[in-house]
Amino acid sequence: MGILEPTNVYAYKLITKKDYFAPGHRACQGCAEALAVRLVAKALGRDTIVASATGCMEIISSPLPFTSWRVPWIHVAFENAAAVASGAEAGMKVLMRKGKVPKKKITFLAMAGDGGTSDIGIQALSGALERGHDFIYICYDNEAYMNTGIQRSSSTPYGASTTTSPAGKVIPGQTTWKKNVPEIAAAHNIPYVATACPSYPIDLIEKVKKAAKIKGPAYIHILSVCPTGWRLLPELSIKAGRLAVETGVFPLYEVEDGRYRITVDTGELRPVNDYLKIQGRFRHLDESMIAKIQARVVQEYEKLKKR
Amino acid sequence: MGKRIGLEVSLSAAEAVKMANVDCIAAYPITPQTHIVEHLSELVNDGVLDAEFIPVESEHSAMSVSAGASAVGARAFTCTSSQGLALMNEIVHIVASMRLPVVMILANRSMSGPISIWNDHTDVMSIRDCGWIQVFANNGQEVFDHVLFGYRVAESHDVMLPLIINMDGFILTHVIEPIEFWEKEQVEQYLPDFKPIHTLHPDKPVTMGGVGMPSIFSEAKVAQDEPLKQSKSTIISAWKELGDIVGRYYNPIETYRSEDAETLFITQGSYGETVSLAVDELRGDGISVGLIMDRLWRPFPFDEFRKVTGQAKNLIVIDRAISYGGQGGPLAIDLRSVLYKEKNQPDIANFICGLAGRDVTIGDFKTMYHKAMKKVKEHPREEDFEYYGVRGK
Repeated sequence: MGILEPTNVYAYKLITKKDYFAPGHRACQGCAEALAVRLVAKALGRDTIVASATGCMEIISSPLPFTSWRVPWIHVAFENAAAVASGAEAGMKVLMRKGKVPKKKITFLAMAGDGGTSDIGIQALSGALERGHDFIYICYDNEAYMNTGIQRSSSTPYGASTTTSPAGKVIPGQTTWKKNVPEIAAAHNIPYVATACPSYPIDLIEKVKKAAKIKGPAYIHILSVCPTGWRLLPELSIKAGRLAVETGVFPLYEVEDGRYRITVDTGELRPVNDYLKIQGRFRHLDESMIAKIQARVVQEYEKLKKR
Repeated sequence: MGKRIGLEVSLSAAEAVKMANVDCIAAYPITPQTHIVEHLSELVNDGVLDAEFIPVESEHSAMSVSAGASAVGARAFTCTSSQGLALMNEIVHIVASMRLPVVMILANRSMSGPISIWNDHTDVMSIRDCGWIQVFANNGQEVFDHVLFGYRVAESHDVMLPLIINMDGFILTHVIEPIEFWEKEQVEQYLPDFKPIHTLHPDKPVTMGGVGMPSIFSEAKVAQDEPLKQSKSTIISAWKELGDIVGRYYNPIETYRSEDAETLFITQGSYGETVSLAVDELRGDGISVGLIMDRLWRPFPFDEFRKVTGQAKNLIVIDRAISYGGQGGPLAIDLRSVLYKEKNQPDIANFICGLAGRDVTIGDFKTMYHKAMKKVKEHPREEDFEYYGVRGK
């Protein structure tokens, strides 16, 4: 890491002031997903077409007749953002080839939450990655179906209490481990896969810009802290994102043409409990469950470092 | 006059799609639609048609890709059958509400289960209320003509709605018919380039598919239904111009020996031609019978039906779909509504037949006529109907 350590630099001069995701949207206080969307929109700039899945970001940004989008934006349904983006990309390609639309570099972005990506949208995502469309797919992962009221998804972490994986007397929250969608994306042998978090804005923006430059499909998985769903104080959103990275719960890395690189190495991992204890969704965890999570995080992190 | 070529109807349908110079074809294989997309992929891979062929991983994505392509201003085509239509159902509704003029051929096939690849109309009737313009074809030539008609109507600025062309699976898709191709100049004269009203482009950003709160939702839906109803005038003028160019004139409903007929058969799709032969034979027996073929299904041609059924004593409505627990087939249900307040109220005999490709012959239609006459004497209730030719009944 050079002197401009992306994690520490005070960034206001390094990020464009121009916003394409306008203020005035209806997201909750402290929504890190809305912040991530804003950073992504900044990184991609005006020549972008966005296909959004149904979800938090769709409802907070497009209540007719209002819109938060200063770039062209389309929402069709929940599970098909990747397919709609495929159609837009292919349609524009052929229109430019036939001379019906002037030639120009346009970035196509598909965006969805973790439910729209790891559960209901994974088929459309896999299809679009396999077909090799020139587009970026971004999963804004807030680790549950927050828009419908904090129901568990396959991206909800082990132990988390949600409204459909409640911390019960017999079953203490989510019983399964978080689905590793970046790995699934990488298994399609696409040119670029990355993880990011708006708590590390420069890292996030660099990855999005890189994804836009690369020809072919790119997948970016952005951990998006949700104070409402995680039972967390809104002012702790950015800190929670940092702790997710510093504990190794959500490592920031990229996979370029199959080569793995950890982009934010925060040194020795902090204990996972630093991350868990500030969130209400984990408040019921006993020591044995925390130990189990700790072991799993270390194991996965070591696996990642060896790739 | 265009060239007449003996060709499988599916291949000729694909040739019509090529003549429409589509930009995007997104499709997933399902019998009996396959020959259409196979031929389209050949045309694209051989460089005959400059379009993107997108071999999607499901019909849900076929319709979603078509939506995305149409939204950027590309002319989009897809086609499917039964289960594929059911899988894309969600997006079929949304494409209409977003006013994206996608054209789809539906190679009609039964809805599972039991699973069957054969032909009836249970698939299209499952999306009757999806907001698309829906037409039926009697034969291969009509399929060919209606592909070009489809884009012409769907992309009209006073319409801007998607359109479905129903063609009976196997009965039409897999037979060879003499098809009269259009000349290139005729296509150019009839079908202008797609000039969308709004597209997704960075130079003029628009938001498509926003959230409709209760305060705006009803208005949005009425603003969708009105142009569908009003599209009938554009449809009729597009048929008139088509006739003026290629000499084949089409109407919302087609009649055959119907003038002064006491009894009228009413059909949709390829059964029309078979029934026309039954009508000839019955006429030969001195029976006053005629035929009405419903071509336009949505928007429903209320006035046209009222006009032609005004003198009839009996209607024999042939349905090829079931409205489970309801009052017969979907076509009969609509016709009863059409006639409810009319002074002349013909008796309606409704037969549901030909499910999953079971053959219904000229003789069967004649039998239906005689059964219907017996029923009329018995004065059936309006919800009465008969599954024709079902064993054990």
